[in-house]
Amino acid sequence: MGRYVARRLLQMIPVFLGTTFLIFFMVYSLPGDPVLGLFGDKGVDPATLAAKRKELGLDLPIWQQYWNYMTNIILHFDFGNQIRNGRPVTEVLGDAFPITLQLAALAFAFELIFGIGLGVIAGLKAGRLADNAVLIFTLLIISIPVFVLGFIIKMVFAFELGWMAPNVSNEQKWSELIAPAIVLGGLSLAYVARLTRTSMAENLRADYMRTAIAKGLPKRRVIGVHLMRNSMIPVVTFLGTDIGALMGGAVVTEGIFNVKGVGGLIYESITRREGTTLVGLVTILVLVYLATSLLIDLLYAVLDPRIRYA
Amino acid sequence: MSIIDNTGKTATVPAPRDGDDYNGPLLEVRDLHVEFHTRDGVAKAVNGVNYSVNAGETLAVLGESGSGKSVTAQAIMGILDMPPGKIPQGEIFFRGEDMLKMSYEERRKIRGRKIAMIFQDALSSLNPVLTVGYQLGEMYRVHHGLSKKEAKAKAIELMDKVKIPAAAARVNDYPHQFSGGMRQRIMIAMALALEPDLIIADEPTTALDVTVQAQVMDLLAELQREYNMGLILITHDLGVVADVADKIAVMYAGRIVETAPVHELYKRPAHPYTRGLLDSIPRLDQKGQELYAIKGLPPNLLRVPTGCAFNPRCPKAEDICRTEIPALAPVAEQDGTELPGRGSACHFWKETIHG
Amino acid sequence: MPDVTKTAAEAVEDAIAPPSAAEPAPQPKAEKARSLWGDAWVDLRRNPYFLVSSVLIFFLLLIAAFPSLFTSASPTVGDLVNHYLGKPELGKIGSEGWLGYDGQGRSVYARLIHGTRASVIVGICVTLIVTIIGGIMGMIAGYFGGIIDAVLSRVTDIFFGIPFLLGAMVVLQSFTERTIWVVVFALAFLGWTQITRVMRGAVITVKQADYVQAAKALGAGTGRILFRHILPNAMAPVIVVATIALGGYISAEATLSYLGLGLSSPIVSWGVDISTGVTQIRTAQHILLYPSIMLSITVLAFIMLGEAVRNALDPKLR
Repeated sequence: MGRYVARRLLQMIPVFLGTTFLIFFMVYSLPGDPVLGLFGDKGVDPATLAAKRKELGLDLPIWQQYWNYMTNIILHFDFGNQIRNGRPVTEVLGDAFPITLQLAALAFAFELIFGIGLGVIAGLKAGRLADNAVLIFTLLIISIPVFVLGFIIKMVFAFELGWMAPNVSNEQKWSELIAPAIVLGGLSLAYVARLTRTSMAENLRADYMRTAIAKGLPKRRVIGVHLMRNSMIPVVTFLGTDIGALMGGAVVTEGIFNVKGVGGLIYESITRREGTTLVGLVTILVLVYLATSLLIDLLYAVLDPRIRYA
Repeated sequence: MSIIDNTGKTATVPAPRDGDDYNGPLLEVRDLHVEFHTRDGVAKAVNGVNYSVNAGETLAVLGESGSGKSVTAQAIMGILDMPPGKIPQGEIFFRGEDMLKMSYEERRKIRGRKIAMIFQDALSSLNPVLTVGYQLGEMYRVHHGLSKKEAKAKAIELMDKVKIPAAAARVNDYPHQFSGGMRQRIMIAMALALEPDLIIADEPTTALDVTVQAQVMDLLAELQREYNMGLILITHDLGVVADVADKIAVMYAGRIVETAPVHELYKRPAHPYTRGLLDSIPRLDQKGQELYAIKGLPPNLLRVPTGCAFNPRCPKAEDICRTEIPALAPVAEQDGTELPGRGSACHFWKETIHG
Repeated sequence: MPDVTKTAAEAVEDAIAPPSAAEPAPQPKAEKARSLWGDAWVDLRRNPYFLVSSVLIFFLLLIAAFPSLFTSASPTVGDLVNHYLGKPELGKIGSEGWLGYDGQGRSVYARLIHGTRASVIVGICVTLIVTIIGGIMGMIAGYFGGIIDAVLSRVTDIFFGIPFLLGAMVVLQSFTERTIWVVVFALAFLGWTQITRVMRGAVITVKQADYVQAAKALGAGTGRILFRHILPNAMAPVIVVATIALGGYISAEATLSYLGLGLSSPIVSWGVDISTGVTQIRTAQHILLYPSIMLSITVLAFIMLGEAVRNALDPKLR
């Protein structure tokens, strides 16, 4: 077990460095000069431009810029400053993260409860009406692109029925986040339902299920303990990988409902070529992704003793 | 005698169980039919099987894969997959009551407590994510309402009973951490936990090494004697049967083709299929000769041959075999005295046994 | 016992993708007439999802190839005076204005028909590219194992670590002129990782099968083993994942165009139309509605096809 964790940790170091370098490289090879943009249309003499570049460290070779950036993050938790207004990126992120976390948490709860619920119903009734209904429902959800789903919900519930405000207000109350959370979690909900269904239907045929029935256990126990304990292993691991994906997927959802979170910030940084902000955001998303995947691997080992003792 | 006698709670006299005055056979299967509805058609897996088992008796059910021997056992246990499985006809009496007419709850209370089953592949038949202690203790928790702690103590006793070394230390291990033989002992322990009246062992030793096979069979036979249980031993291996069984039922294509007390069957088979099986056992005194094999393949259950299902492979087949299904008829000596417990479903049983 | 070298994420992919052909091997030899693929075909022909999705995809391909068969109206030239935000007249099926007009007086129907090509090209091209790249990478990693696998797997992890849509957005932002091929490149740039992982897993499973070991023992060369024995049997899960992903790429193209980072006018695409439709969501819903429906149906068709193929190829689900 200890060795397993150690090996996973070791594997993550090159992935962390590689991914952050990749995004760093991609962002800083973007055409368009953010420094030039600072001075607007007035034009500026080349000396001032060079001085500003040097100040920001943008004159160095890319690998050296990356090195400086990473050492600052690791040693000082310093993600640099925004080019446009010099605000520390950590501060900008600190403003945007709480609402996105809130939104992701709500979406996660939503996919957890309804995804597993629907999957269990379909799995236990495999091949019957309920199963087919769940299949069609999940296929539809998967097929409707997130932004289309978002606008459908907005059109119906905000404009036609008037049950909600079309945009999330600045107070950002929990109740206002319900609709965005449904849109954000919808796709994953469908995947969770499918995965739960497949896993249950497969394990239902396992030999140990026959044994459990032959032992004279009540149905509730056969399903609740023997079937669920095995079927939930892939589902739990999927849910884990999804935490990071939900935060990354917020770009579209936050745009539709005008939520001022990480998604909006990402969009803004890409279109305004705010390299430092963008790299900082992605670095954090990558860290979240790596941390959750380590967590999931550990969880996987806890859930499946065959991994633990291997 | 009882495995849990040191608690003083349970009765120590093995028979009669339950204190009633029921005297008939422990289990009786009558005209059982099982079919499976697949997308290619209806597979008739069991076509009118009759057999019975008494307390303390061992019935060996012999047959190739697809002969219906395991399906019959699953029907008795009530663990057939339905659908696609279906029991269109037949009765299964346990202590005189037809289990097929019972409610799900009534049958559940018989499973594990009165009739228990030992499966072939212990690795896949034990739950991979639960400790063996949990899986053994579960029997007591569900059926006797013991606490987790008491159940674990019982589990350790059970593991001792089936001779698993260092039981107390291994009770929290998972199935994959045991060797094949040890896992099969755990399966046996699980079946024995509640001291059932009848145990069905479905190829209990097939997955094991030959040396371990003998140990596991001996253990099973010993425990059966100790508790005076009925035992249905399902196997395709004639070698396993000889020492353990009292009587044998040979199955082919969903029917019993021959029944006999164990030693008589070996001495004088009354069905060409049984004869074929016996002839295909390697023997020391036939060194150097080519080993006999029954020609052909087991029948496809979707298209069972008309007449006697064995006719395409039978060296003695004649026209009648292709048109008429032979019934399981009593077998008699040449002078007409009936041989007790013997039957053969062959039009030419006389020629087979006496010729 | 599960493969210990497997991470949880890979285990999830195993659960999503069907098993490779190595598993359903034990079939009675006497009835070997039907292979896995033959069996799958028999299954597919009876599957209503397969029938519906094939018909839909046939029409989509036809529309994409010959849009003029379906409408004679121009998707780019509109009549602002007479048709500004014209309402749909659903009764006149197939006429120029039956789905209404947009803010420049252009026929929504004509744009719908002519926009099909962009989505279909993006979906098919991205899928082909990622299947080839991912397939080769996965096959090499899975077959050779050891250090090669370790390196390739880490490289895959690195690309996998960047959120897909976000990465595509950054790539697209670095192009000033965004043609269909630029969008294809941006989606393929990060898209290949999924296929690599699925292929690697499938190859590892198949590699251990007896018939591959037997071929090795008989002295078959690496190329022969890879292409004659491993590839045909490892293809099943890759085909399923690729078919479902195709729908996903079409959806991703529309999403990027909607965000203003994908295709843009004058290229005719559903994503572009949805993007303009959003601005008029209160006044003229039909501009948003019909491209959205068309897009969803297209994605659904490919996902249903993948679903049907998965069921046919996975004997465990029967």
